[in-house]
Amino acid sequence: MRAQDADRLFYYLCGGLALGLILLVIGIGLTLLWGSLPSIKAFGFKFLWGKVWDPVNEEFGALPFIVGTLITSFLALIITFPFAISSGIFLAEYAPPRIAGPLSALIELLAGIPSVIYGLWALFYLVPVVRWFEMRLGAPPFGLGLPTASLVLAIMILPYAASITREVLKMVPQELKEAAYGLGATRWEVIRGVCLPYASSGIVAGLVLSLGRALGETMAVTMVIGNRSEMPTSFWDLANTMASVIANEFTEASKDIHLAALIEVGLLLFVITLLVNILARMVIIRLKVK
Amino acid sequence: MAARTVTDPKELAIFEVRDLWAYYNEKPAIRKVSLKIPEKKITAIMGPSGCGKTTFIRCLNRLHELTPGASIKGEILLRDKNILEMDPVLVRRKIGMVFQRPNPFPTMTIYDNVIAGYKLLGVRLKREEADRIVEEALRKAALWDEVKDSLHKRGTYLSGGQQQRLCIARALAVKPEVLLMDEPTSALDPKSTAKIEELIVELKRSVTIVIVTHNIAQAGRVADYTAFFYLGELVEFGPTSEIFTVPKDPRTEEFLKGKFG
Amino acid sequence: MNRLLYRKLKDRLAFFLILVLALCPTLPLFHILLGVVKQGISSISLEFFIHLPKPPGEEGGGVGNAIVGTLMLALSASLLAVPIGILCGVYLSEYAKGRFGEAVRIAADVLQGTPSIVFGIIAYLWVVKPMGHFSAFSGSVALAIMMLPVIVRSTEEILRMIPETLREASLALGVNYWRTVLKVIIPTGLVGITTGILLSLARIMGETAPLLFTAFGNPFWNFNPMQPVEALPLVVFKYAISPYEEWIRQAWGASLVLTGLVLVLNLSARLLARRMGGHGR
Repeated sequence: MRAQDADRLFYYLCGGLALGLILLVIGIGLTLLWGSLPSIKAFGFKFLWGKVWDPVNEEFGALPFIVGTLITSFLALIITFPFAISSGIFLAEYAPPRIAGPLSALIELLAGIPSVIYGLWALFYLVPVVRWFEMRLGAPPFGLGLPTASLVLAIMILPYAASITREVLKMVPQELKEAAYGLGATRWEVIRGVCLPYASSGIVAGLVLSLGRALGETMAVTMVIGNRSEMPTSFWDLANTMASVIANEFTEASKDIHLAALIEVGLLLFVITLLVNILARMVIIRLKVK
Repeated sequence: MAARTVTDPKELAIFEVRDLWAYYNEKPAIRKVSLKIPEKKITAIMGPSGCGKTTFIRCLNRLHELTPGASIKGEILLRDKNILEMDPVLVRRKIGMVFQRPNPFPTMTIYDNVIAGYKLLGVRLKREEADRIVEEALRKAALWDEVKDSLHKRGTYLSGGQQQRLCIARALAVKPEVLLMDEPTSALDPKSTAKIEELIVELKRSVTIVIVTHNIAQAGRVADYTAFFYLGELVEFGPTSEIFTVPKDPRTEEFLKGKFG
Repeated sequence: MNRLLYRKLKDRLAFFLILVLALCPTLPLFHILLGVVKQGISSISLEFFIHLPKPPGEEGGGVGNAIVGTLMLALSASLLAVPIGILCGVYLSEYAKGRFGEAVRIAADVLQGTPSIVFGIIAYLWVVKPMGHFSAFSGSVALAIMMLPVIVRSTEEILRMIPETLREASLALGVNYWRTVLKVIIPTGLVGITTGILLSLARIMGETAPLLFTAFGNPFWNFNPMQPVEALPLVVFKYAISPYEEWIRQAWGASLVLTGLVLVLNLSARLLARRMGGHGR
């Protein structure tokens, strides 16, 4: 074999594996589609806005989970937003490097704690706190449910959102900031007037990525959301998210149509997170063009 | 402008370049260059920056074509065989190269760096043979005395000048017929430069050397022949003494007087 | 003068607000860590590491099978993901130009952003269903898919940082490209690639969702990759939602072990990355 042939072979090996990565993604999409065909055939688009999820009578509508997922994720994002932005600003602009470095490393380490442990912690520390509030406010004192799930999600995505904010703020050119200082601006005025506008689209992209995480988060949510497959009627209700219903029912689904319906929920989850990530990517590309 | 006929050197030529064009993304960087490079002599390629001198020698061992968007046209005969039709890997075994910045392999010891040309190819050397090759190459590169007690330290611990001589040893170890040097002293201090220049003159007994330099004085000190490139064209080629004393082309003269910077 | 005072006051105020908001969220994060240590430490004993779990209601027992299972899953997922991931990364850094390379990068990003439970479904449909039963192997397929994007992207980034002249030095010696890649480029970036692998391991070691219907869990010792296997995160989940006090206590113990594993992996990745940072210049 000539040297060039070996090189070509190696090129095809690497290229083939890279192609495999693309095929893997396509394969995942197609497999989910194929697996959910029975459910798609049986319910069509009604699956998306059906409010009843009843495995016994084989009626499946995913709206309660879609609503549960959207409520918890957006609520988590709203809760986390001021904290994440402040942490990002603090780490990028205020904290001296000797503190900022270790502190952000520490926060990132904590972000690596497995989801199931956040769930365990929430179950034993967060649930009593929420229950206490519920009793004060006259709500049903489950302790579990939408508010608890949103809170634990907010805590989980915070380190992620904060570190992206910090990185984006670090990219603001020093000259710009110095120019503003040169005009006699205070530090807050520089952050407010120069840094945040410059970094805004990056921060938005970071928040969108964090939203993507919250949408797909499974274990911690499953452990505290109460697992009730009905439409939530109030903020304090027990509920289910798309991910948590899969986690709860997949191994128990004895009927094929039930399994197909769960796979379709998985397909929805896949498509939604895909769209969210593409959105974030587009924002980032626009940032780079600027 | 039409290609200039170049005076044939009297010596036996090892390389004959005929009508060479080299491009980056369709833009020519070398325009119809023809010349003969004499064997066991030192040929300097000189010219202002951006004149294509580095591109030219990177054609000679077919490194040029690895740059994305690069292409090449013409003939380069090494002992009457067109290297553009040979397996590039074989071409590079015969034609060694030393780069602008010393680039020893950071993961390898000094010893392993010298025999990298064998090790990387998976050639198994006997212990004594490897020892012999390493010592011979390091002696040729005038580095042996300085490193013989630290052969198993990393190559990156050496000084810049020593690293460059290590790279020369690495190139020599595979016994090339030609050694290409791309501004080998531009990243070095004057003392290391002097040492490398001495070494280059010493080396021409065993190997043909083509050296790119933008340093006029260096070409004058080491080269037997000098080629002057300007904007991708070969302006003038001949014995260094002639080029330096009686340049035929006004552009060469201006360059020698330091007008191009 | 008044105006300046007002501006300065606003500056101070903004600082304190940011400081408070920035430090608030570190409280729950530290509380989690402290909680795991405080609650978990009482379960830790030699027995806990090497014994099988006892039936509910009985005192004692351990999570030895889950530790073995987690290590087994991590090892087999690495065997699948590391070679493929590195070669994909090589492709992206060495060869990929234009649209195809961009498509590969997008594919890696999509995998990175896909919820882990989806990989559980996929491994169920691809492996569990054809085989007819749950297995450690199906779990490692799901985990391997999760490791891939991290390894691919970190390998690509590291290899891009390796100076071009090193590639050329090897090529100029007449070494062909694939040997140059395997013997010069990858070894030079090895520290960085290892960092990526450690980070991807840390990411998957604590994953529960993809294992629920693949590795499934198993209260006994199992060393056969084709059989169901227990894993630490599965134990934490199962015990945490159980009504038995002893199990809940052990859930904290298992959490401590798991957190320890993940933190050690993350820390060593960081230390390696720092060493590389000092070494590169």
